[in-house]
Amino acid sequence: MASQPLGVSAETTRRQASQMRRDRLLLRIVLYIVVTAVALMFFAPFFWTITSSLKRIDEVITFPPLIFPQYPTPENYLTVFDKVPFALFYRNTVVITVFSTIGTVVSTTLVAYGFARKRFPGRQLLFILVLSTMMLPGEVTLIPQFLLFRELGWLDTFLPLIVPEFFAVAAFYIFLMRQFLMTIPRDFDEAAMLDGANMFHILFLVLLPLIQPAIITVAILSFLNHWQDFFGPLIYLNSTENLTLSIGLRYFQAMGGYAETAEPREHLLMAASIMATLPCVALFFVAQRHFVQGIVMSGIKG
Amino acid sequence: MQAPASLPSPVARRRWSRRATGEALEGYLLISPWVLGFLIFTLGPMIASLIFSFTHYSMLSPPRFTGLDNYVRAFSGTDRLFYGSLLRTSQFALFFVPLGVAISLGLAVMLNRHLKGTTLYRTLFFIPTLTPAAAATLLWVWLLNPEVGPVNYALESIGVPGPRWLASQEWALHTVVIISIWGSVGGARMIIFLAGLQGVPQELYESANIDGANAWHRFRHVTLPMISPVLFFNLVLGAIAAFRIFTVAFMATGGGPAYATWFYMLHLYTTAFRSLQMGYASALAWIFFVIVLGFTIIQFRLSRRWVYYSGETSGREGQ
Repeated sequence: MASQPLGVSAETTRRQASQMRRDRLLLRIVLYIVVTAVALMFFAPFFWTITSSLKRIDEVITFPPLIFPQYPTPENYLTVFDKVPFALFYRNTVVITVFSTIGTVVSTTLVAYGFARKRFPGRQLLFILVLSTMMLPGEVTLIPQFLLFRELGWLDTFLPLIVPEFFAVAAFYIFLMRQFLMTIPRDFDEAAMLDGANMFHILFLVLLPLIQPAIITVAILSFLNHWQDFFGPLIYLNSTENLTLSIGLRYFQAMGGYAETAEPREHLLMAASIMATLPCVALFFVAQRHFVQGIVMSGIKG
Repeated sequence: MQAPASLPSPVARRRWSRRATGEALEGYLLISPWVLGFLIFTLGPMIASLIFSFTHYSMLSPPRFTGLDNYVRAFSGTDRLFYGSLLRTSQFALFFVPLGVAISLGLAVMLNRHLKGTTLYRTLFFIPTLTPAAAATLLWVWLLNPEVGPVNYALESIGVPGPRWLASQEWALHTVVIISIWGSVGGARMIIFLAGLQGVPQELYESANIDGANAWHRFRHVTLPMISPVLFFNLVLGAIAAFRIFTVAFMATGGGPAYATWFYMLHLYTTAFRSLQMGYASALAWIFFVIVLGFTIIQFRLSRRWVYYSGETSGREGQ
């Protein structure tokens, strides 16, 4: 900034103010450029997926690579279903995801309600235990769990992926839900209790509408997690008719290769990827407001 | 918390304690799914895997007790991939954790400037985390293909010779870092930072302004201390996620080239489910657990020096 003469005239103050405004405007423009550049970098691979999924087989292998297909065609989206049992993979993923999400939401809500509202001996200690399982890498329990499910005859079924979710194994969601419940004044419960409501009335009729953002957040996070899960299905599912989308995509990987004789399958893979990603993107668009609000309002404080 | 300090009369006390017992029973009933889940799916398996870790168990014949053999095999270097996989995983974490935290914080700071179109930007940042890791990995395999991939084509057209990425021994690990960062920084981690940033009281910035603080000072002395709890949260979970890196390497490189991306989880998976050495794999799992636990404890210890929990939020949320 320019040095000021002794008597600060109205003129210099005005000039200073406009200089500051210009600086701020410049800063904002730079910020917009940076954000846009970063956003494009994040989006570019996805964009490539979309355009490639519309390419013809000969357009996939051309070099230099084509960004836009010359003859865009939705045909790949249908061919995918002929080449691999894609519809079956889709159905399996939907079944596993829906049931495990229901299990997660129901069980974590009940458990979080218990921790947030009921006083019982050992509550602090048990809650610390919940928090520490959040940091427990699941791999430690993997082998005995696998052997347990083998004993039960559950291998190559959806049960190992669904049943544990009904036992609130996802500690992070208990934590998130409890934090949210703590922000709701107890007056609501107490008023209902005086009217003779039992705990399930209170939870379902009084609190449920109030903790909706948290429930939606947990539902979305859990849905995304199970939909995208790779390790669980890899370990527990074997036969083709039981596979999920994540595992099924490997069929395309196995189909070709970059050898010159191999038939390219990238266009199919991209179409399949788009279809595998679509439910997650759609869910995010529909519920993004609730979702962001849910995380913000739960006041995660580490 | 357990009982009021003074109670008016024995009658009232009895009535109160009956109510308290009822409440405690309700509490136990509500948390019972978690208690059962913890016993069946966490504590039980942990004890079981500790026991298995002292045995030789191939699933074809019953487990045979072998004492400390499995641990000796790992630490003595008989299993030549053990230290190598630990080293690779640490290298991965060393890049992934700080970069991931810094980038998701950076994205959150930008989104917190109330730009027009914030929702659109947030969506664009978010999309990679909505892509299943398996799909994202196969996509990157193509994008980064040294011969026919568009990335190297773009690099060459501006005169930069592209590396061989996943096919190169020096680059493979860094490429896995890039793919993992792309797929994880813009999601819940960024939103958690955003939540932290929005919780910083505006007055603090105003008084910093009066004291003549510039943008960097404001960030360093107001923002960072105020969001240190979420920073810590993201750091701990980011480190745990880093140690567990699996899918990208499993699908894209299979651990290669020349074991350059042979991460610990890949080693554990192969030992357990390819070689069916359940006893040794259990030992690997327990070693892994102790390392992650130790690391987390160190982070918690260190956090006392830099994580700042402001008083006003502890009212209702205190644990």
